[in-house]
Amino acid sequence: MSKDKKESVIESSIKRKYKLQANDVKVWYDDFMAIKGISMDIKPNKVTAFIGPSGCGKSTFLRLFNRMNDYVDGFKMEGEINIDGSNINDKDINVELLRKQVGMVFQKPNPFPKSIFENVAYGLKIQGLKDKAFLEERVESSLKQVALWDEVKDDLNKSALALSGGQQQRLCIARTLAVEPSIILMDEPTSALDPISTAKIEELIYKLKDKYTIVIVTHNMQQASRISDNTAFFYLGELIEYDKTNKIFTNPEKEQTENYITGRFG
Amino acid sequence: MNNIRKNRLKDQAFKIWGIFCTLLGLVLLAVFIGNILVDGIMRIDWEFVMNLPSRKPEKAGIYTALMGSIWVLLLTTLIALPVGIAAAIYLEEYSKKNRLSTILEVNISNLAGVPSIIYGLLGLEVFVRILEMGASVLAGSFTLALLILPIVIVSTREALKAVPKSIRDASFAMGASKWQTVYHQLLPASFGGILTGIILALSRAVGETAPLIVIGALAYVPFAPSSPMDEFSVLPIQIFNWITRPQHGFVENAAAAIIILLLITFVMNGIAVYFRNKWQKKFK
Repeated sequence: MSKDKKESVIESSIKRKYKLQANDVKVWYDDFMAIKGISMDIKPNKVTAFIGPSGCGKSTFLRLFNRMNDYVDGFKMEGEINIDGSNINDKDINVELLRKQVGMVFQKPNPFPKSIFENVAYGLKIQGLKDKAFLEERVESSLKQVALWDEVKDDLNKSALALSGGQQQRLCIARTLAVEPSIILMDEPTSALDPISTAKIEELIYKLKDKYTIVIVTHNMQQASRISDNTAFFYLGELIEYDKTNKIFTNPEKEQTENYITGRFG
Repeated sequence: MNNIRKNRLKDQAFKIWGIFCTLLGLVLLAVFIGNILVDGIMRIDWEFVMNLPSRKPEKAGIYTALMGSIWVLLLTTLIALPVGIAAAIYLEEYSKKNRLSTILEVNISNLAGVPSIIYGLLGLEVFVRILEMGASVLAGSFTLALLILPIVIVSTREALKAVPKSIRDASFAMGASKWQTVYHQLLPASFGGILTGIILALSRAVGETAPLIVIGALAYVPFAPSSPMDEFSVLPIQIFNWITRPQHGFVENAAAAIIILLLITFVMNGIAVYFRNKWQKKFK
């Protein structure tokens, strides 16, 4: 009994070294196998980039960490995803609580058709927080973190849809930060934006890693090399190579990785 | 060369035929409305609206029928709205896509095509007899609510479907439950579309005659209903009744009542179009 306990303590302390862990994860959509047994560990307070050609499973894999695939018809999964050492697919895990801890930013900016204030306060309001002063303070600090406050502080009651694409995406990040997650998943967050907006978001991501663990899917090789600490290369549902970003982009182990990052295929 | 001319000729011919077909319904409706206006417009005044039915055409009014229609409309709305919207939300957002849900969907669409007199027979058996409501406003409203339920469900689902998936994704990713997503995001975003469908369904209900005749709505009611359990008449039944009378005065009355009924449905459709346009702007 006590031996078991000891082992489990050791085990969990190993697990805690990593923020996110995947153990032999397999995913199917009906008969199609999208992820073919991937294991990887993601360190806290780092930016980890997922790269790979379209359809390689990187987005699917990303969405496992906040269980956004749950609603997809025909989705089936095997294996284990751990956050801070606990399995997020356990029966007693509350998926709503999980998603408050693991925020997500999408490819296309998707603000709610509501005011700027309501967008940022949404996550707090659905948790039942109503105190106006608290909401106002949290909205302000979230908007400041994404450097949007000065641009919108006089228009908090205006529709979020009136903002530019880049502003909308920063608003979506602010909305995610407002509920104070520890992990932020980003699914190609700049692919719909112009270069200037993209630069702002990249700067922001770089700043945010002090407080958050960030996992970002990107099609943009330069982006991955600019902002990430570690990079994972996916191909046809498999994890081909996962290492320090520097290493991946200067001296990859695998030929497939080299071919991809030098633009020979993909 | 010859071929090109032939094709162009065919093109022109079809264009003219198309215009004719498009205008056919509209022109006939315009002729009909013109006719009715000539017959009835002079008959419409405040007294015509406020008078009770009478054997003398010049004294008869539509007050009881109009009040009956309003009562039925309100109660039908109260019954059909919550049931229809809840069913649509369930089908669109909650139910898993499997054989059973497909069967449900197909049958709800089928229900929209069932002749209204069948609903009348159903209402007569279930509401009037088994539930002992009698030929009351309530029985009529339940019957009409059943009649428009499929329309409400189908149009509400369409409105929910039109809300972009990205809104659902964003809400779920923020940790919202299904119900929170429905309540805070989907219903407000689809409000205009849902309202449009409901108004169109109700404007159909207000013109229905057959099912109400079957459940026993009366052609002659001396008083306007004052509770859901009262007997009632509605405008279409009043019109039907007047048209069957031999005196010319009643034909005038019928025309006047038709104008008022048309006015009600046009106004309702107008409101529906207004909300649809306003709502479409919201999502570019």
